[in-house]
Amino acid sequence: MSFININSNNAMAFSDEQSMIQESARAFCQDQSSIEDVRKLLDSKTGFQAPVWQQMIDLGWTGICIDEQHGGLGLGLENLIPIAESMGRHLLSTPFFSSTLASQLLQRSNDASQQALWLNKIAAGSVATLALLDDEDWGASSTRCTISPDGVLSGKKVLVHDAEVAELFIVHCQQDGSEQLALVSATKMPEGAIQLHSLIDETKRAAVVDFSGVKVDAVLDCSSVDALLSEVKLIGALLTASEAVGATASCLNLTVEYLKTRKQFGKLIGSYQALKHPAVDILNMMEGARSQIYHAATVLADTNGKVDQDVEIACRMSKASANDALLFAGDRAVQFHGGMGFTYECDAQLYIRRAQWSQQQFGDSAHHRKRLAPLLLGC
Amino acid sequence: MSEQNTDLAALRVEVSQWLKENIPADPGFLLPQSFMEVGSDEQLQFLIAWQRKVYDAGYLGMAWPKEYGGGGLTQAHQNIVDEELMNHRAPIIFNVIGLGWAGPLILQMGTEAEKQKYIKGILTADDIWCQGFSEPDHGSDLGNAQTRAVKDGDDYVINGSKIWTTFGNYAKYMILLARTNPDAPNKYAGLSFFLSPMIVDGISTSPIQKITGEYGFAQTFFDDARIPAECLMGNEGEGWKIAMQTLQYERSVDGGQASTYKFLPIALQDLLDTCKEIRREGKPLLEDPVVRDQLVQFMIEEKSLSLMQERSDVPALCTDYPFSLALSGKLVATELFRRSRQYAIAIQGAKGSLYVGDQLAPEGGMWQRAYFNNFSATIGGGTSQVQANIIAEHVLGLPK
Repeated sequence: MSFININSNNAMAFSDEQSMIQESARAFCQDQSSIEDVRKLLDSKTGFQAPVWQQMIDLGWTGICIDEQHGGLGLGLENLIPIAESMGRHLLSTPFFSSTLASQLLQRSNDASQQALWLNKIAAGSVATLALLDDEDWGASSTRCTISPDGVLSGKKVLVHDAEVAELFIVHCQQDGSEQLALVSATKMPEGAIQLHSLIDETKRAAVVDFSGVKVDAVLDCSSVDALLSEVKLIGALLTASEAVGATASCLNLTVEYLKTRKQFGKLIGSYQALKHPAVDILNMMEGARSQIYHAATVLADTNGKVDQDVEIACRMSKASANDALLFAGDRAVQFHGGMGFTYECDAQLYIRRAQWSQQQFGDSAHHRKRLAPLLLGC
Repeated sequence: MSEQNTDLAALRVEVSQWLKENIPADPGFLLPQSFMEVGSDEQLQFLIAWQRKVYDAGYLGMAWPKEYGGGGLTQAHQNIVDEELMNHRAPIIFNVIGLGWAGPLILQMGTEAEKQKYIKGILTADDIWCQGFSEPDHGSDLGNAQTRAVKDGDDYVINGSKIWTTFGNYAKYMILLARTNPDAPNKYAGLSFFLSPMIVDGISTSPIQKITGEYGFAQTFFDDARIPAECLMGNEGEGWKIAMQTLQYERSVDGGQASTYKFLPIALQDLLDTCKEIRREGKPLLEDPVVRDQLVQFMIEEKSLSLMQERSDVPALCTDYPFSLALSGKLVATELFRRSRQYAIAIQGAKGSLYVGDQLAPEGGMWQRAYFNNFSATIGGGTSQVQANIIAEHVLGLPK
């Protein structure tokens, strides 16, 4: 039994490419997603503005990690981190993560014909999404959703992100105990099969999707469904973590601004240590999580996107730390705004809701710590 | 690899080999876990000999200028040595106030005469240094220091008292913050900074016993002590500025230390080892899911801490709060260590109530001692609470 030296790989790099993308993503998200914009979209059907999505497509973001031969830019996954962080910072929600993860899954399969069929479309802005969950358990490796020998699905999936705008669903299903990934075009979906969830984070969209009776387009050719899903879930965890770090930064700014302007008992409330010190805790937790996500980006760049043990550790640590940072930041943001913080009108609600959403996408902190334990403790 | 990297890689191999051959055998008495707990003559003599040996081998003050006794190389060289000292769990390099704080300060702000007089003795451990900042009534509120220094002919006459003087009863010199002008426009402007001798009539020390039961600190009393006027560093009234620069070194915000190896690395690795040894219902504690969850949490936090240090070297990744990483390091690290050491006792079961000296104490009471001693890190150099105030005000811009 031997322990891993957690400091054996502390790689931290930031390429010129990442830096340019960061600059452009920050500017874009700031321009396109003011708090007023975010609020306007809360009760909209899709949760995003079509022209904004179109601009993201034009910037090449939807194909950023898709191979050039399939119409993408062919860049490494590390370039997604500054984009995701910027989106989180401005609470800009679009189908970007859904499409990115679906394209990653396709790209990591052996299925050249499905890649040829779909990757170009996704790069050009078609939304694709993953239908993975039967219920609440991100750790589930099997599914109750079945596919018959003639390719007909039976079963429901919950929390399918951006289902209403998706053109492609990639569905985790099984046939006689063997795990499969089925591709389903939205055109095959019967009326009423997609039922929007009521979500804690109103900037996000997800649905219960009933695939029962739907004939699949194809079953994906891949060597191991389990391995493929593990990889994609880890990348999903990292993207969610990066988005959460961005949200933590703007949540902290919101809180700090209030502490600097609100007076009680004749003093700015930011001068009270009872408020000051937790604000510093938020800062330090955010800085820790931010270090984690950029380390994960660096490790992914070093492996050319291959998910090895260092990548797995980095993704899981990123998600656990980012969850905890945003949960604390959102919680304190509401509390420190006092009575105003309890209102829907106060922007703190956007962050406390985002925090609860983020922690539950691709695994909460305990989920990741549990899976880190054997990697770090050697047993 | 660049020439420097090849050079550094070779240095690492060389130092590692040297340490294997030269780390002294267990002396048979308890060695200090940190520079703040050197409490007996035998410990002191052991550590003087060890520092001297490291210096003679060329592994101390490697980045300090050659003309004053340094190695004339780069901080990267010293960092390699410090890392290897830690990897080999070598005895600590004890003369920390000289090597880490006063030395870099004198090199940065001192006169040529001061550099000639003081630097080499710091490296050889011929001159042990201590620090006279905190006072019994003014711990964290350093700007309010009341120890008086009154110019009288060619001397300053010092009256007052300093506390938490690490090495107070062994030191030859003290970096001393004292008030030369009680009527200055503000409390800071009245302070001056001295490189004061300790072996002077009128300066006495009284050792302080710590929560661990050991010694290591003293209270220093000044009773009409006369020190030469040339001990004043800079000009009268510049004490606060120089003291603040000293704290930059003390808190490792600024580099330039002759060595930073001042604590035995009692780390998570040791906590994991402890969890292998301790058993519950016949199984190592390391297999207990509740314990595993906490250990992994500590490891995530420790990883964040090391990564924060790496990230501070990449300016593009430090844009929101450029000073936060440098200013937060001490707070985050020392609080993490405090919690993890406290936890190491919590998991020991009934034996967790034993202490150093008991045959049955797990690992000789190492964790008990380490936990208590850790308060010197969360209190010394500015308490965690003062650190949080500094970060809140200087990084987040919150009001005083």
